[in-house]
Amino acid sequence: MRKFVTLFIALSFATLCMAKDVIIDQKDKTFIPTKVTVHVGDNIVFKNSDGFAHNAFSDNKNNEFDIGMQRPGEDISVKMKHVGIVEVECAIHPNMHLKIVVK
Amino acid sequence: MKNLIILSLLGLVFGSALFGADNSRWIRPADVPVPKDNKITPERVKLGKYLYFDTRLSKNDSVSCATCHSPFTAWADKNDKAIGVYNRQGTRNSPTILNSAYNLRQFWDGRVKTLEQQALGPIQANVEMDMNLTVLIEKLKNIRGYVKLFKSAYGDEGITKDTLAKAIASFERSVVSKGSPFDRFIRGDKTAISKKAQEGFKLFSGKARCNLCHDKFNFTDGSFHNIALGDSDIGRYAMKKRPAWYHAFKTPTLRNIAKSSPYFHDGSVKTLVEATTICANGGRFKNDKKKSLYMIDNHISADEIELIVAFLQTLSEESLDINIPDKFPQ
Ligand code: HEC
Ligand code: HEC
Ligand SMILES: [Cu+2]
Repeated sequence: MRKFVTLFIALSFATLCMAKDVIIDQKDKTFIPTKVTVHVGDNIVFKNSDGFAHNAFSDNKNNEFDIGMQRPGEDISVKMKHVGIVEVECAIHPNMHLKIVVK
Repeated sequence: MKNLIILSLLGLVFGSALFGADNSRWIRPADVPVPKDNKITPERVKLGKYLYFDTRLSKNDSVSCATCHSPFTAWADKNDKAIGVYNRQGTRNSPTILNSAYNLRQFWDGRVKTLEQQALGPIQANVEMDMNLTVLIEKLKNIRGYVKLFKSAYGDEGITKDTLAKAIASFERSVVSKGSPFDRFIRGDKTAISKKAQEGFKLFSGKARCNLCHDKFNFTDGSFHNIALGDSDIGRYAMKKRPAWYHAFKTPTLRNIAKSSPYFHDGSVKTLVEATTICANGGRFKNDKKKSLYMIDNHISADEIELIVAFLQTLSEESLDINIPDKFPQ
């Protein structure tokens, strides 16, 4: 019984900690989807399905990042470290917006 | 009968391929974007127009917005770098204000978003109008004509920095492209532009990939790029050291482009042939390691450049469409 409980705790802890990969595509100069909710520790994986470079950055406190130049076909992943709202833009195309809610 | 159906179906397919839904991207939307707190009214446009052309907004009553953004020179000017009060020269070329209402960001480096935020910059800039705003507001309050005009445009808000900026922005929102030979062509008049220009348009949105950046009715998607001009202006990088912003400048509109030489943020190019060649074939310094990844050599020949330029020439407005005030409020 004791063993079982430990196993149970260990397992649930593992699922809790298991970071998810959440995919955001960049296509036709838009982030797809444009809004997403994730948990602390999850990875946002930026894809680029356009035939030209993109970028993604956020200046929001605690979750600041800038993936630099992202070539077509390249995947770049960013870990969401803190709870909060993360507003993301493409540094090349100011019309591209993405909102990440980190819970 | 069967043949007829097939024929008309074919006609539909080809017809829509040529003049179908996709052409709407080249047609200016009738509605100009307007902020909630500055709705357009005829009174605001009228006031803004006076302010825009009035040299009394500058330190020595010599320079107005129109000095550098004149309707006679495609709402830009002929200097490679702008010249303001006391012949002081700035560091960048004056862009056109035509269709600036549609810009996602203002200035070559996109440092502000709205026309309201933009308008007070040049009034105060040392190399432009060099006017102290507090002094200017007092000056305007002492001109009875302006007191009246501000009253009818902004009611009890009075003459303030805010209403000054809002009025000028309102006028700028009325400066939009009204029609060029290309606009007649894209709406279906196939004779509106020459065969050469039509070939040029195909290259522009095909092999030469110009529409990757110079997209939609205003021929810009508002994107920022380093086209490897090799000058020392770092552009948008001055805002924040983002790798993508190194020496990056805003993709400008190409409307009226044949009339707004010299070209580029530094005014370093006189002809459309040269500007097009730089943009088509990998930038000015093709081996620049930091140039935009978009700037690839498309191997566009001199003959093809000529066709593209023939197309660019069809983007000139057909009428000047402005009555410049000959008397100002007293
Ligand atoms: C001395 C010449 C000069 C004067 C006077 C001047 N400008 Fe400009 N204007 C410029 C230059 C140069 C730029 C580009 C500066 C930059 O990008 O850093 C510019 C940029 C702009 C832009 C941005 C356009 C775009 O596509 O990004 C607008 C709008 C504008 N000016 C409006 C005005 C208004 C309104 C006034 C009067 C209040 C004015 N300007 C006075 C030279 C001038
Ligand atoms: C990678 C995006 C991109 C592509 C592709 C591109 N341009 Fe440009 N273009 C720009 C940018 C950015 C500028 C302003 C650069 C500067 O001043 O530093 C510019 C400037 C220009 C200018 C000068 C405009 C002015 O007002 O000074 C012309 C003309 C022009 N481009 C034509 C073309 C043509 C024709 C093509 C296709 C052969 C093309 N461009 C392809 C981004 C692009
Ligand atoms: Cu992008």
